[in-house]
Amino acid sequence: MDSSLLAILQVGALALVLVVIHRPLGDYMAHIYSSTKDLRVERGFYRLIGVDARAEQSWMAYLRSVLAFSLIGVLLVYAIQRAQAVLPYSLGLPAIPEGLSFNTAVSFVTNTNWQSYSPEATMGYTVQLAGLAVQNFVSAAVGIAVAIALVRGLARTRQGTLGNFWVDLTRGILRLLLPLAVLVAIVLVAGGVIQNFAGFTDVTTLSGGAQSIPGGPVASQEAIKMLGTNGGGFFNANSSHPFENPTGFTNLVQIVLMLAIPFSLPRTFGAMVGDKRQGYAILAAMATIFVVSLTALTLFELGGAGTAPQLAGAAMEGKETRFGIATSTLFGSASTLTSTGAVNSMHDSFTSLGGMMPMINMMLGEVAPGGVGSGLYGMLILAVIAVFIAGLLVGRTPEYLGKKLGPREIKLASLYILVTPTLVLAGTALSFAIPAVRADVEGTSILNPGLHGLSEVLYAFTSAANNNGSAFAGLTANTPWFNTALGAAMLFGRFIPIVLVLALAGSLAAQPKIPSTAGTLPTHRPQFVGLLVGVTIIVSALTYFPVLALAPLAEGL
Amino acid sequence: MSSRSRSGRQYWVALRAMAVFTLVLGVGYTAVVTGIGQLALPAQADGQPVSDADGRVVGSALIGQSFTDADGNALPQWFQSRPSAAGSGYDGTASSGSNLGPENADLITAIGDRRAAVAKLEGVSESEVPADAVTASASGLDPQISPEYARLQVARVAEARDLPEAKVAALVESFVEGRDLGILGDPTVNVLELNLALSSMAG
Repeated sequence: MDSSLLAILQVGALALVLVVIHRPLGDYMAHIYSSTKDLRVERGFYRLIGVDARAEQSWMAYLRSVLAFSLIGVLLVYAIQRAQAVLPYSLGLPAIPEGLSFNTAVSFVTNTNWQSYSPEATMGYTVQLAGLAVQNFVSAAVGIAVAIALVRGLARTRQGTLGNFWVDLTRGILRLLLPLAVLVAIVLVAGGVIQNFAGFTDVTTLSGGAQSIPGGPVASQEAIKMLGTNGGGFFNANSSHPFENPTGFTNLVQIVLMLAIPFSLPRTFGAMVGDKRQGYAILAAMATIFVVSLTALTLFELGGAGTAPQLAGAAMEGKETRFGIATSTLFGSASTLTSTGAVNSMHDSFTSLGGMMPMINMMLGEVAPGGVGSGLYGMLILAVIAVFIAGLLVGRTPEYLGKKLGPREIKLASLYILVTPTLVLAGTALSFAIPAVRADVEGTSILNPGLHGLSEVLYAFTSAANNNGSAFAGLTANTPWFNTALGAAMLFGRFIPIVLVLALAGSLAAQPKIPSTAGTLPTHRPQFVGLLVGVTIIVSALTYFPVLALAPLAEGL
Repeated sequence: MSSRSRSGRQYWVALRAMAVFTLVLGVGYTAVVTGIGQLALPAQADGQPVSDADGRVVGSALIGQSFTDADGNALPQWFQSRPSAAGSGYDGTASSGSNLGPENADLITAIGDRRAAVAKLEGVSESEVPADAVTASASGLDPQISPEYARLQVARVAEARDLPEAKVAALVESFVEGRDLGILGDPTVNVLELNLALSSMAG
């Protein structure tokens, strides 16, 4: 069979799985976050932590809880890494240095999972489990909670409150992420992903050489890494490592996991605002961008342009035999169109234009379908902007789902879409503008000289600010500059948007619902889907075109 | 209640919540999955170790190996794996791709050199060398090669082992694995498993 047909067939198989699961999963999530009943175990938990589950929070209170929980998470993950030398199951590895501990703590709490380090040589099992795996769960649950708060803001009228963060967090973990993760982890073990505490085993190879084979509780980590769109690998090679992702089957499972919650949340949104069509319009915009972007990346990689791929006969540098090209590009697209950032092939070795696609995916704001929760709230912000632009065109006051979008709402949405571009462009520019930093970046960090080196730095800041975590991994990022600057980009890129989203949710929840009239822009029709896709692309294209022209476009054209 | 004491209370709640989650998600969850995996699926959970005819564990079916001498020259009696960027080659403690870009001069030189070396070793023209034979994988531990690359090596291996070429060719074909579900990924040959079968055939 020819490779384009295979590529289409496997996307068809993936789409079929997602179509089947999005309904029950989306409705289940709507139920979880709407139910007024607590499970017995949840009641015990609320008593233990001292929370009144019935107490509603204003947007400010909700935000304070999010920030307090995240700050505690950063401090805890930092402390665990610094204490590694005295922890059990550390494989004899020393304490992790301050700069790297900071970067990694921020990275996992912000759902980014950028890794400046090589895990098998840096992180023992206790750090991976008690520090990183826990954040894989809770950072995902925080993202969904914030998205649900925004949905409540749209659904509620004349209320000052958005729900209770602690309840949303707990339900997201106990009713959604934990049971699914257990189930999927076992499926992954059955598929060949390892799950043991064996450490490194030394063997004499068949031809008489020496090899050290790693062990580890990988499947448990892998399940939540993908389900929570986290993406931090147990091993340096991430999902290309045969112990993380041994077959075409486990690879499909992992892709489904990345997309399952993000593609189901629009259904949840539709159910919670009482109009499923609104959810499907959002879903349609996400799916359209996904398909276009995936097609472009797959064509670029199958085309195999560039000196090295041409010489090799195909763009197979940095790709695994069992995945080949089309299955690698499907994984890479899913990973960067969500906030996962896992890789089953090395993006740094993609063709020039192929390597640009993951960057563009992230630059779009990771909204197609985006990270768990963050994808939905990102797309809803863009919907607000789209409605506003349509309102300007026809000269009417913009409204979305019966909520008037006044100056305050538009200011919040506009600030939201400015945050990550500012971080990306400022971070990249400063890496070359400060002479001492530039010398270090060019001398120590960049692997590939010339234009591709600029792409490595641009990719790093794009990934950090958008909380993706994938990399042009040739870049040596374990330096004071990158640990600090990328750490700051991840923090601001996560929490400034969350502040703005919750503020917007609060102001929407307080509004009355205005009845729709003949002049109201319908936001469930194909016309609006087209407008939303257009706004998403134009906003990013205008922002990033100049810098893309300097790096991957210049290299590829 | 002042706003300061309210947010102070939030931190106390957050700390307790994080402590419970660390126990449940860090310890409990991992223990449950490990327990089920080790009891129900021990071979998979332990990484599919493979043994030679004497019962000696020689590696994992999932982790590729080098079949070269100490200087990195191919041993002609073994099927060869792909080039590897993990440490000095197939280093299980240092999984990695090369991360070299499509216009990187070092990569271009390396591909040219590998192509010439493979063509010379197999006694074929450079245009017959498949892409996976001259490129490093993403993990550096890729256990597999393309069926094309395996077939290319048949004549040389058969000659080195003094075996009939048809027999070695038939062995290779029996190790060709198709795509999962017929559409996922690419067809492969597992090099370590093929070489194990080869060694018992010769012995």
